[in-house]
Amino acid sequence: MTLAALALGLALAQHPAEPAPAAHEAAPAVHQEAAAPAAHEGAPAEPAGRAAAAEHGGAEGHEHGEHSLPEVMMHHVANGYELEFPAFCDGKFQWACKVDLRELTGGWGVTIAGTKIDLTPTKHLVMLWAGALLLLAAMLFATSKRSIVPRGLYNFFEMLVQFVRDIAIANIGKADADRFTPYLCTAFFFILFVNLLGLIPFMATATANVSVTVALALFTFVITQYAAIKAQGIGGYLKHLTGGVPPSLAWLWPIMIPVEFLGLFTKPFALTVRLFANMVAGHFVILALLGLIFSISIFVAPVSVALALAIFMLELFVAFVQAYIFTMLSALFIGAGLVHHDDHGHAEHEHGEDPHASHVAGKAPGHG
Amino acid sequence: MNSLSLGYLGAGLGAGLAVIGAGMGIGRLAASAMEGSARQPTAAGDIRTSMIIAAALIEGVSLFAVVVCLLLAISK
Repeated sequence: MTLAALALGLALAQHPAEPAPAAHEAAPAVHQEAAAPAAHEGAPAEPAGRAAAAEHGGAEGHEHGEHSLPEVMMHHVANGYELEFPAFCDGKFQWACKVDLRELTGGWGVTIAGTKIDLTPTKHLVMLWAGALLLLAAMLFATSKRSIVPRGLYNFFEMLVQFVRDIAIANIGKADADRFTPYLCTAFFFILFVNLLGLIPFMATATANVSVTVALALFTFVITQYAAIKAQGIGGYLKHLTGGVPPSLAWLWPIMIPVEFLGLFTKPFALTVRLFANMVAGHFVILALLGLIFSISIFVAPVSVALALAIFMLELFVAFVQAYIFTMLSALFIGAGLVHHDDHGHAEHEHGEDPHASHVAGKAPGHG
Repeated sequence: MNSLSLGYLGAGLGAGLAVIGAGMGIGRLAASAMEGSARQPTAAGDIRTSMIIAAALIEGVSLFAVVVCLLLAISK
């Protein structure tokens, strides 16, 4: 399952935004502000915020030479070729040691038919790999001690896998749920891990990159169409593209078919933008709030850090919810494509998610 | 009043309008969810799950507008 995630990671050709110039003081300051709300809560947030801001108080991120607040914000959210983390480099401890991936790897590229495609690892790609490896390690560790009565980490993951399987059963139907549960589990856990990885200081959210979310939505799209073709046959699938207009009104088809064809792509597009925008918006708001400390004055720091902490908690919640929504909508789309699979297995499932059942079962008579 | 400043103005206004839409939508959603839970407390768990799903979908729509505003705001 995670091999799919690794393949996804390796297949991304990134065109990152222009990286900001090196060793900007506001960058580690903003990082430290982000670390401060993560590490402290409530009352200690004020002295921590003030201490961190005072330590870098000399660095006015706003209009300091070449850097403005929007540039710093874009540098933190967008993709780039540089990794930054606290380490010992240049002989002393620095908050943001830079590792340039272009120099580290020497530039990976491939030339297809005369066009040079740049496959050099970028920050978000490294985060995808980290998420996939973390997920693989967590799963292998959890399943290493199996027993009849699950316990510990294995129990926790089994609970989550059952949760995803219930989503599959509710939306796809008992008969086919087990075929698609592996993909839905992959999607759920991978998106969850990558979202949460972005909340750790000095890490980046790979799903805040539209290429990543497009690839994930593309996977759902391919599996949805594959499931629909397999269930309805090519003829039935093409018949659905006419949108229920019978052959007697065939002159309507040149209008219906292009519209229906484009309509196939609206759902993956919505999946893409929803995940991307949720992840980007959370980070942007936190960075903007913390940037206010530099733009206005240091005395807004208590309010700023408190609000940023609240948004951080919300972002934690949104990470889970967006993974769940992506998985649930994928299951819904797959189930909707399978609706003409011989019997009405949806009628017999006893799950509480009745709105989905009636939506799908109600469609069946209408499609004659 | 060149096109860049008009773009920034549009970005700000657009984000505000998008938030109005999302706030109204999710507010109505929360109101009916509360009312439904009050009428039938045993269904509160299912209502809460459906409420969260619907809230995420409504917020997704408003974030389409936010993406457009971001594109306007970061353009040069």
